[in-house]
Amino acid sequence: MASFLEKKKTAAQIVANARNAEKVSAQELLAGVFDDFLELHGDRLSDDDAAIIGGVAHFEGKPVTVILTNKGKSAEERLRTHFGCPEPSGYRKSLRLIKQAEKFKRPVVTFVNTAGAYPGQSAEENGQGEAIARNLLEISSIKVPVIAVIYGEGGSGGALALACGDAVWMFENSMYSVLSPEGFAAILWKDSSRADEAAEIMKLTPEKLLEQKIIDGIIPEPRSHKRLFKGVKRVLHEELEKYQKLSVSELVEKRQQRFQRF
Amino acid sequence: MQLFNELKTLGYKHIKADKKANEKIPSGIWLACPKCHQSFYHKDLGLYQVCPNCEYGFRIKARERLAWLVDEFNEDDAALKTKDPLDFPDYDKKLEKARQNTGLNDSVLTGTAKIAGELLSLGIMDPNFIMGSMGTITGEKITRLFKRATRKNLPVVLFTASGGARMQEGIFSLMQMAKISQAVQEHSHAGLLYITVLTDPTTGGVTASFAMQGDIILAEPRALVGFAGKRVIEQTTHQKVPNELQDAETVLDHGFIDAIVPRKEMKKKLAWLLKFHNEGTVANG
Ligand SMILES: [Zn+2]
Repeated sequence: MASFLEKKKTAAQIVANARNAEKVSAQELLAGVFDDFLELHGDRLSDDDAAIIGGVAHFEGKPVTVILTNKGKSAEERLRTHFGCPEPSGYRKSLRLIKQAEKFKRPVVTFVNTAGAYPGQSAEENGQGEAIARNLLEISSIKVPVIAVIYGEGGSGGALALACGDAVWMFENSMYSVLSPEGFAAILWKDSSRADEAAEIMKLTPEKLLEQKIIDGIIPEPRSHKRLFKGVKRVLHEELEKYQKLSVSELVEKRQQRFQRF
Repeated sequence: MQLFNELKTLGYKHIKADKKANEKIPSGIWLACPKCHQSFYHKDLGLYQVCPNCEYGFRIKARERLAWLVDEFNEDDAALKTKDPLDFPDYDKKLEKARQNTGLNDSVLTGTAKIAGELLSLGIMDPNFIMGSMGTITGEKITRLFKRATRKNLPVVLFTASGGARMQEGIFSLMQMAKISQAVQEHSHAGLLYITVLTDPTTGGVTASFAMQGDIILAEPRALVGFAGKRVIEQTTHQKVPNELQDAETVLDHGFIDAIVPRKEMKKKLAWLLKFHNEGTVANG
């Protein structure tokens, strides 16, 4: 637990680490944290977005719904997932699976590592804004716990759509922000090369976000995946236990309080 | 799709005026429509500040819109002020300038209004207040607007105009999207009507939250409605984006807007919708 406190990193270093291509992948997290994962495809409207993986699994022997953003490992896969930036159909698939989880009363765990929702012509035509808006609206009153873990980049509304539930945890080397530091610097100072300075001022590191209570905790990131998964499991175990104890009205009430204070 | 876009582009061409027209006209007297590029005397835009050629509604202050939209208005939460959560350099000066310019405490005007006898909770975003960007006070005022409407059993009409998140308030601006969405959902679960009117420009985090959560979504002619900025799309995809991609008319064609309503008909249309939803429901509902 002390690793992130002892070797204090700059915000710019954390941004670089969050984007590191060697970071643990969605597939590795699935295999390391859950058992019996069954992927469920498609948004039931038009498409199946590769940037979002969703399905059902066992966590410590109990049914859960799992949703992960997927950057992909190979060059081909990264092209197909737009480097982990979901299309509207990805958010619609995710919401379909969250509603399904609600129907069968199983909790939802999401893992987020995305620079943001995909900014493309087809994404605009297919209603990227509407897709995210609907997630925010529906998840606000969903009757099962929704726990999010940001494991790399948490970029803007595209990340929030998967992290607007009951608790948000972040990996030690991850970021969560309204915009990339490059974009932030470009908009405010007309100079994207001042990204490091922007990263500092934006308070996008796990430590700063925890201070502001934007997130609920930090998961240490040891080199060994085995130890990393153990840490993830411990957090999920505690959070699921905590939120599954609540009545539906207590759960929704608590979720609302979480955001009303900002 | 490609053909459709080309046809649309062709359709606009014949009304395009001389490109150099802007250079010839002294400022203040003549205005060029940013959409159809026709030029007009300023006074030709009239009370509603609308292009006489294509009905595009120019960006107006919230209080200007209020003047012709409502019969009565009681403003709420006019004194709330942001805590400047990032301690952003010179942000206070920027805010002060925006306040002077718009007569608002932040980028949205909220209150209880009467339109043709119908009582409603009304919000009007102001594109002149730091580009209508969504700060913590914008979010707080809109959240309170919905909570009050839920308590008082009132419909909400919200005019959106926003460049997106307020960069100077960072992640706190982002959190407003979730906060407002919760209040919208509560209002919706109470069976109450929510009408959004998308005006130029409605983009980013506002599009990706309350702008797209209305029971009925109206838009002004030629208003820009989108999620990502055009430049960001072009830089990401390395492809040229058609000019009309984020026109309200295109968004309507793709199924995300119910109707386009010219500004001069807006009050009448809203009055009708509000009255219609007050006419009662079926007994077995
Ligand atoms: Zn025009």
